[in-house]
Amino acid sequence: MLEQILASLDESEREAIDEEELQVLERVESELVTFPSEPSHLLPILQHIQARHGYLPKLALRLVADYVGVAIGKVYGIATFYNQFRFNPPGRNPIKVCLGTACHVKGGDIILENFERRLGIREGETTADREYSLERVACIGCCALAPAVVVGDKVEAYVTPSKVEGIITEIEVRKEMAAREQKKNETANG
Amino acid sequence: MSEKIVTITVDGKKITAPEGAWLLPVCLEHDIYIPSLCWLKEMDDPPASCRLCLVEIEGLPEPVASCRCPVREGMVVRTNSDEILKLRQVAFRLLVSTNDGHCNTCIANRSCELQQIAKFLHQPLRTKRLRHIDRDYPEIIDDHPVLMYEPKKCVLCGRCVYVCSQNERGYKLDFAKRGMDTIISFYGSDIDPAAKECADCLACTEICPVGALSSKEKWRRFIAEVRLKQEQKKQKPS
Repeated sequence: MLEQILASLDESEREAIDEEELQVLERVESELVTFPSEPSHLLPILQHIQARHGYLPKLALRLVADYVGVAIGKVYGIATFYNQFRFNPPGRNPIKVCLGTACHVKGGDIILENFERRLGIREGETTADREYSLERVACIGCCALAPAVVVGDKVEAYVTPSKVEGIITEIEVRKEMAAREQKKNETANG
Repeated sequence: MSEKIVTITVDGKKITAPEGAWLLPVCLEHDIYIPSLCWLKEMDDPPASCRLCLVEIEGLPEPVASCRCPVREGMVVRTNSDEILKLRQVAFRLLVSTNDGHCNTCIANRSCELQQIAKFLHQPLRTKRLRHIDRDYPEIIDDHPVLMYEPKKCVLCGRCVYVCSQNERGYKLDFAKRGMDTIISFYGSDIDPAAKECADCLACTEICPVGALSSKEKWRRFIAEVRLKQEQKKQKPS
């Protein structure tokens, strides 16, 4: 099935699929057989792919559509209806901006906009280097700390636009330090 | 459905119709205009989502959508009361409050059903009574090989989704996302070679009540004409 789909693509489109995505697609294809090929299993299948691989690759939707016999347009319509599905691979530093009631009142949407501008991606997307992914969530249960943001598994409280800058800088610094550490170890060993 | 013919009264006019038929087409056949965007004659199961076809029926506590109201013997219907006009106007204002068409440069200008309904309901296409919500989409989405989609003109009536679902090749477009972000999407058009089959069908572009969906070929020709006219206008004063 995957081979057929890949064969139907243009040269440039095939090149756009990286090794990682291809591996995910192959795994998805092998996992599909554990589900009955009926339209009623569409959502459980999508949930499974999301849980196992962290996102729904574009071509995986086609695999699923063919498998359960539902038009691809409809599969996409259903998948985009639910907030739980992502269409981009998660970044190494997933940033979740809370837009629950309290955070919304405290200006969570401004914080989200700040992240979008700082990272140059939109909500639901991942930076090209796979370093950051940005998501909005409904409530993380820290309403007293509003507006709140979850970076990785750390909750950032009372986030302000300047703090957005701080959060990103902190991650960058940590990355830089880790890289230097590694270099030092390499030179020490070598 | 029984083929019993019944008599109903619409705006004081007595008309006959088969029992159980939807009220909206019956009225249209008898030259009683009821505005609608989401309804199509072929639909067995109209979505009743545009709320423009509301009518009053004697004996019922609330107005009903005529596209989903079956005709019954002795029914007394009013389509032109002040209350009905007000309700339709509210529904229309809600529709256009998220809409952002530029009629002068729109391919559907003058044939647009939204324009016709605006005239019928005495409503401007840019309402001042509601806050305008700018939907976060580009003016044009052109990743489909044959179709051009302009989300800001789209009223999300769902007609295109319906006609596409009737296509024997199975449907290619559907609503995507939800709430304010809802759009018509042809997912996979850039990775699905079957999308090129759309060139033989184009049913959705014919059914679109506004200028949101059009064939790329037609659209390009139209835009070229518009540009030419604009340039001619510019040159004239000098």
